[in-house]
Amino acid sequence: MEYFLELFVGGLTRGSIYALIALGYTMVYGIIELINFAHGEIYMIGAFTALIVASVLTLSGFSGVSVLILAAVFAVVYASAYGFTVEKIAYKPLRQAPRLSPLISAIGMSIFLQNYVLLAQTSDFLPFPNLLPQFDFLAPYAAVIGSTELFIIATTAVVMVLLTVLIKFTRMGKAMRATAQDRTMAMLTGVNVNRVISNTFILGSALAALGGVLIASHTGRINFYIGFLAGIKAFTAAVLGGIGSIPGAVLGGLLLGWTESFATGYVSSDYEDVFAFLLLVLVLIFRPAGLLGRTPTGKV
Amino acid sequence: MLKKAALTSLWFLFLTFPLLAIRVNTIEHLVEWRWKNMIYVGIGSFVLSLLWQYLLARQASARGPGEGGGSPMRSLYRRILDDRRVRYPLLAACGVFALAFPFLFPSYQTSILTTALLYIVLGLGLNIVVGLAGLLNLGYIAFAAVGAYAYALLNVHFGLGFWAALPIGALLAALFGILLGFPVLRLRGDYLAIVTLGFGEIIRLVLENWNDFSFGPSGISNIPRPGLLGVELNLQQATSYTYYLMIALCLLTILVVNRLQDSRIGRAWIALREDELACEAMGVDKTMAKLTAFALGATWAGMAGVVLAAKTTFINPASFTFLESAMILSIVVLGGMGSIPGVILGALLLMLLPEYLRVFQDYRMLLFGATMVLMMVFRPQGMVPAIRRSYQYRRDEP
Repeated sequence: MEYFLELFVGGLTRGSIYALIALGYTMVYGIIELINFAHGEIYMIGAFTALIVASVLTLSGFSGVSVLILAAVFAVVYASAYGFTVEKIAYKPLRQAPRLSPLISAIGMSIFLQNYVLLAQTSDFLPFPNLLPQFDFLAPYAAVIGSTELFIIATTAVVMVLLTVLIKFTRMGKAMRATAQDRTMAMLTGVNVNRVISNTFILGSALAALGGVLIASHTGRINFYIGFLAGIKAFTAAVLGGIGSIPGAVLGGLLLGWTESFATGYVSSDYEDVFAFLLLVLVLIFRPAGLLGRTPTGKV
Repeated sequence: MLKKAALTSLWFLFLTFPLLAIRVNTIEHLVEWRWKNMIYVGIGSFVLSLLWQYLLARQASARGPGEGGGSPMRSLYRRILDDRRVRYPLLAACGVFALAFPFLFPSYQTSILTTALLYIVLGLGLNIVVGLAGLLNLGYIAFAAVGAYAYALLNVHFGLGFWAALPIGALLAALFGILLGFPVLRLRGDYLAIVTLGFGEIIRLVLENWNDFSFGPSGISNIPRPGLLGVELNLQQATSYTYYLMIALCLLTILVVNRLQDSRIGRAWIALREDELACEAMGVDKTMAKLTAFALGATWAGMAGVVLAAKTTFINPASFTFLESAMILSIVVLGGMGSIPGVILGALLLMLLPEYLRVFQDYRMLLFGATMVLMMVFRPQGMVPAIRRSYQYRRDEP
């Protein structure tokens, strides 16, 4: 039973991170129907920025929570800036192009950013300091849930609530929902579509960076390639829940996290990544619209 | 325009600051400041921004009045190429050069060119799927892995030779192509891309982890080179022989793809690419068209895989990563989707340039990525755009 609980919490932790990244995919897809391939790279850049900032701060005498907060803030700011720039360079000129063009452009951007970090930093794995606070009251349950895991789950939950409020009740959220429904109509009613798209990228990137900081603290090491796998898995989560749907992304992330956790725990740990891909292929075959998605109909 | 470029430059200085200027050594707790990089970024992004704006403005003005049409430069070059008096001698010269190559240059050069030829075949194969049928396949290298492992494993277990393995590898890859094709029939462009990517990764991960079957990450070595009727070849002769083999395979591929393009099924693919719904309404069997595209594309990859295994005499799962698929895709994109000369040019450029310009070796993948983005933004049709066969209507001639 304890083993089951451990796997359950492990899956929940993983799933929360997948959900954070998946939200970026799903929001961008909802608005411009593009799979933002470079999203995983944004997450990786967030983690790298946090590592650099945290190291510099630690060396100049800061410690404790201030390092965590500053590193997270820098990671979020920089990841958002990167997300914004990527959209302006690689996707905006291609709004009217055939569907395949922005997708190829996105793959190019993803390869570019990976190698940019590889050349600018290093190809080795860097140890990532655990910045998250340790809770003493969890000590009796250490076998099941650690402080890092609790922190990740709690942060994700708070962020989800904030995001829901933002989408449901603010002007910006309203504009985003309107653009997702019908871009031309939103434009006619006076929504600045370009700004909405930029905002979506910024928001998605910020969430990805947060996910990056959290997961890097959890696993303890990063390199330039972490974005690829995380990106694919988060995309799987987004598709699983129904791409374009925000609660779907969260549901998909959690389901994927549990699938991986239980499959590696009870079946075999060699094939950890294969399970995620298999799940993706199976979902797309049997329910391409995802669990909470709507089936689009073709129009002539 | 200058002001905008200056602002862009400032923005990029801000953007690249933590990653380019600072490098932390987490083991010795040192921070290295690299201010020189910032100067490069500042100047570089300023110039690039000016260029970017200029190109975008030019593109907008070209699109503005009427159809725009081709620039006079391009039509001149087309005219020269279409002229029989130039075209055939040029082709003949290329042919003679290609045939004489192993005698003129050391075997190292021949080996590089063989690799480039291999990528031409892979590019042309992917061109069937992506360029003609418009199905974005991001796991293409997996089919080459199927071919390569088919040859390697058949050789290890049953002692099968290269020539016996070639058709088996091709058939097996085609089978995998259909296997992948069936589940993704209903999917639209971008979903399809992700599933093919997942498929490619599954194949690689299985090869990496199923030790009893595929010998795991250490791979299979001592795969025999292609045989020539039992004649013993030394290393140099074997290299030349593989090279000629590759030329033959390349010519065969070009011939087949060229014939396919104008065939019934080729037209069905192009129609499918342009508009799936309209294509179905015109009575094209969508299932058939998609499956044949996947199967035929995979066949070439399978053959290329067998040759790859025979050429390098060693394979492991690490040679079949997503980056390889992305590289083949950028060959097709750079050259021009659906255009045979484009793909050939793209493969030669992308494979040979980094080989001879060693300076760029480190920046190779970076430039690949940048090229893919820039090509999509400024020249989505590629370096040598595909020409659609068209017929002119003349009144006085029947």
